Amino acid sequence: MVELMTPLFVILCPALAAPLILLFDKKPNIREGWTIAAGIATFALVLSMIPPILDEEVITCTFFQTLFEGVACGFKVDAFGLIFALTSSSLWILVSFYSIGYMRSLKEHAQTRFFFSFALAIFGAMGIALSANLLTMFIFYEILTVSTYPLVIHDQTPEALSAGRKYFAYLLTSGVFLLFAVMMTYTLTDTTDFTNGGIPSLGTAPRLTLVILFFCFLLGFLKAAWMPFHSWLPTAMVAPTPVSALLHAVAVVKAGVFGIVRVVCYIYGVDLMRELYVLNEQLTLGLILAGIAGFTMIVANLFAIAQDNLKRRLAYSTISQLSYIILGAALLTQDGIRGAMMHIPFHGYMKITLFLCAGAIMVVTGKRNISEMAGVGKIMPRTMLAFTITAFGMIGIPPAVGFISKWYLCLGTLEGGDIMMIFLFVLLVASLLDVVYFFPIIHIAFFKEPEGAGKEVEVKEAPLFMLIPLVITAVFSVIFFLAFVLRPVEMLSPYVDILSLYVYKLVGIAVENVIA
Amino acid sequence: MTLIEQFPVLLVTIGVFSALTILVLGWRTKRSCFFISAATISVQFIMALFILNHVLTVGTIHYWLGGWSPPWGIEYVVDALNAYILVIVLFIGLICAIYAKRSVEHEIKERKHIPFYTLFQLLVAGMCGVVVTGDIFNLYVFYEVVSLTAYALIASAGGRAFRASYTYLIMGSIGICFYVLGVGFLYAVTGSLNMHDVSLLLPPLYGNRVVQAAFVFFFTGLSIKLGLFPLHMWKPDVYTYSPSGISVILSAAMSTVTVYVLIRVIYSVFTLEFIRSYVGMDITICWIAAIGIIAGSVLAIMQHNLKRMLAYSSISQMGYFVLGIGLSPISSWGLLGAVAHLSNHTIMKGCLFMAAGAFIYKYGLRDIRDFEGLGKKMPYASAAFTLAAISMIGVPPSAGFVTKLFLIFASLHSTDVFYGYAYVFVAVILLSSLLNLVYFWRVIERMYFVKTEEELNGGIKEGDAPMSMLMPMLILAALSIVIGMLWLTKIPLPFIADVLSELGLGGLP
Repeated sequence: MVELMTPLFVILCPALAAPLILLFDKKPNIREGWTIAAGIATFALVLSMIPPILDEEVITCTFFQTLFEGVACGFKVDAFGLIFALTSSSLWILVSFYSIGYMRSLKEHAQTRFFFSFALAIFGAMGIALSANLLTMFIFYEILTVSTYPLVIHDQTPEALSAGRKYFAYLLTSGVFLLFAVMMTYTLTDTTDFTNGGIPSLGTAPRLTLVILFFCFLLGFLKAAWMPFHSWLPTAMVAPTPVSALLHAVAVVKAGVFGIVRVVCYIYGVDLMRELYVLNEQLTLGLILAGIAGFTMIVANLFAIAQDNLKRRLAYSTISQLSYIILGAALLTQDGIRGAMMHIPFHGYMKITLFLCAGAIMVVTGKRNISEMAGVGKIMPRTMLAFTITAFGMIGIPPAVGFISKWYLCLGTLEGGDIMMIFLFVLLVASLLDVVYFFPIIHIAFFKEPEGAGKEVEVKEAPLFMLIPLVITAVFSVIFFLAFVLRPVEMLSPYVDILSLYVYKLVGIAVENVIA
Repeated sequence: MTLIEQFPVLLVTIGVFSALTILVLGWRTKRSCFFISAATISVQFIMALFILNHVLTVGTIHYWLGGWSPPWGIEYVVDALNAYILVIVLFIGLICAIYAKRSVEHEIKERKHIPFYTLFQLLVAGMCGVVVTGDIFNLYVFYEVVSLTAYALIASAGGRAFRASYTYLIMGSIGICFYVLGVGFLYAVTGSLNMHDVSLLLPPLYGNRVVQAAFVFFFTGLSIKLGLFPLHMWKPDVYTYSPSGISVILSAAMSTVTVYVLIRVIYSVFTLEFIRSYVGMDITICWIAAIGIIAGSVLAIMQHNLKRMLAYSSISQMGYFVLGIGLSPISSWGLLGAVAHLSNHTIMKGCLFMAAGAFIYKYGLRDIRDFEGLGKKMPYASAAFTLAAISMIGVPPSAGFVTKLFLIFASLHSTDVFYGYAYVFVAVILLSSLLNLVYFWRVIERMYFVKTEEELNGGIKEGDAPMSMLMPMLILAALSIVIGMLWLTKIPLPFIADVLSELGLGGLP
């Protein structure tokens, strides 16, 4: 345990950036300067927390004791929280650059509001990542919901407004369930702290109470967009692309799965998840959760195939991929949890690339639908190359990193044994469906002649502000893969670890913490 | 006897004398009215702060009027709870006086200004009197001062306010009659009017039907004054048609005072033992409250007039107080919820009504459907409204969230007594916050996000309310977050412990 102020400074960066952004409403360059500065500062501060965590320490930072005995409002940074914090803070910098290019290219209105809400949303996401207990997490969780609303309705068209209403209807209702679950947990155990291996005294509560409580938690973390409560996410795609990229592929939805993993591994604990059952002893909570996740993986992918709007297709892909993470946690095995935790940053990097590509295509060619994208690969070769590599990653084909997390998830199903083996097939079928909806995009973009062909197409990429971030994220998704391959080489391993932001080591520590 | 121990009585006398001064000096210079009023309330507010400090550090203040010892004479008792209410009431009174200056010029005919300020001053003095007194009949007297001035102040807007005021007059008088009947019944069986004395004499008489009837009279009478559903009929009209400043003080301060009286009567006159000795009393109160919470919110959704919507929202909020009071025999968190909500509700509702008044003042906007582009036209007033509304919805870490948290926790603690019904109350609180979302977000969406024709043409002019109206609003909006955070910390713990022990409730579990 190290008492440090760093976590506080981490959330202060975006929190202070927000009013400054408002203040410099009339000077766009300085305004965006604050966003970038806050992004870099946040990321640097998060990086500075890596060494103590690697020494298997836990960083704590308590603001104040609440009236509720035993519940402090404060932060406790462990390896798992740090992974999420690293992912969101590193991607925030890139997406900030991208947003500048995107918003200015499209001459969007209300840019100040956009950057202001964005900073607040990151404030919420970082708070969730670093929270020490459920109550603190809930506070930031709600802040995240409210601060993303102005981003969802950014266009202010009737369509966007109704999307915003749907967004609130789903997510604030879910917040209500979460609040109940948090208070119920406190009533049962007198604590809401995230504890490695679960809160011990929770096991003494009646089984039925715990089962209901677990479902309240699941409903509370609706940001994970598990089916059938997923429809807010595709609807929220009316938001500008940077929002869909960072918030609806990384920060917001990952906050949901992050919460679920927290509850499974740090509140209930793996053992309790195996013991608790519904109806009969075979039907454990772990199995039910895995069932929900498996259902979502398959069905969301089927939905994805039917979408023609690229962003909506990616949204359904996100829904499916989020459930990979839930499934990993639900397997309750070492490798499963390892795969789940890895998939948080890896999917973040890959999916953000895909969204950034979709945005770049929209800015350059104005095309939103896949069917219109014939020949885009020739106009924007670099963008589409990044798209292709990361799409391969989503499917689970090297050289992007998606392969590794999926590999661990598969190992996890085998380790789970018995009935859990079914989920190996679910995983493979879902991956196959990934192929079905990603390959046509690549095919259309590169190999299909555009209508009125014959003319020489000019190469026209998006502005550098947009191109560079998406290339970086694509490169990183490859680097993560290479890092995994090269880590065993002793000579290279320290450098490789630095380059891959110590993700593998952090995941290793986190897994050791939660499961023996 | 130190000077501070004289403050309770001084609060009231200063207020009354100031009202007279306004009446006299106002004939000479009309402009002096506001300054005298604001200065007096500031002095009273500072005195209240001293009282609070004294009560928390030294102990309860007992002041015997005329030196007559209780139970023969009237006694003023100020303990932690009263001192806290005093601070709230005078704070909102001060802020409201500053706010009302411009809106009064706007809404009320000039020849009525002097009576307006005189009555306003009397209203504040009356509320102080209600809060400081330790005598149930004296409380009635002050309450009548408050009510009568309120009827007149509401009517000062003219037009439809006359009818609203008249309805309130009838309903309020019925309510206060019930209260007096309760007082009379208690006097008949105990022969005493001093709260403490009555509470000592009552225990052997708890089985007495007269005492039980008295309790019901008190509860019903105060419920009418509170505007608890279904006794709320007077409230929407009164809040809608009264002058802006008066809507603020009625919703923020007067309901606070009424809730205080309810808490006082239930826990200092009848005591916890009385409630506990009647099986089902607590759960009945909780059910009434739960129905009120939901009904008020649903009715609020149906409104188009902003002030009327806020009035129904108030009706729903009264349910929170009563739910907290009903839960407190089982869990002290319930009373904590009610007590915390006293400050929270005052701040939030005060801010909301001020913003609603500012919209009327500047653009004459009453109907929510006309609010398009208001976020651009009046950025600060809209921001204050939004913050307070978010707080009402209960987004953490705002003030409304804390109330919700305490009440949910109290309900969860009551499972041993209420069994499954405890979860119903949790569900009611949670559902109500969603309903709050529905009716408040409708407004916010219109103000900020619905595109207007003017906006599309690019011709929106910024023109916010005057500074003297904006500052109070913004202060309250900021407080709605700050106070929320404050209630979460351990800082108010000594105060809470004092209040709980004075009311005979156990400590926080």
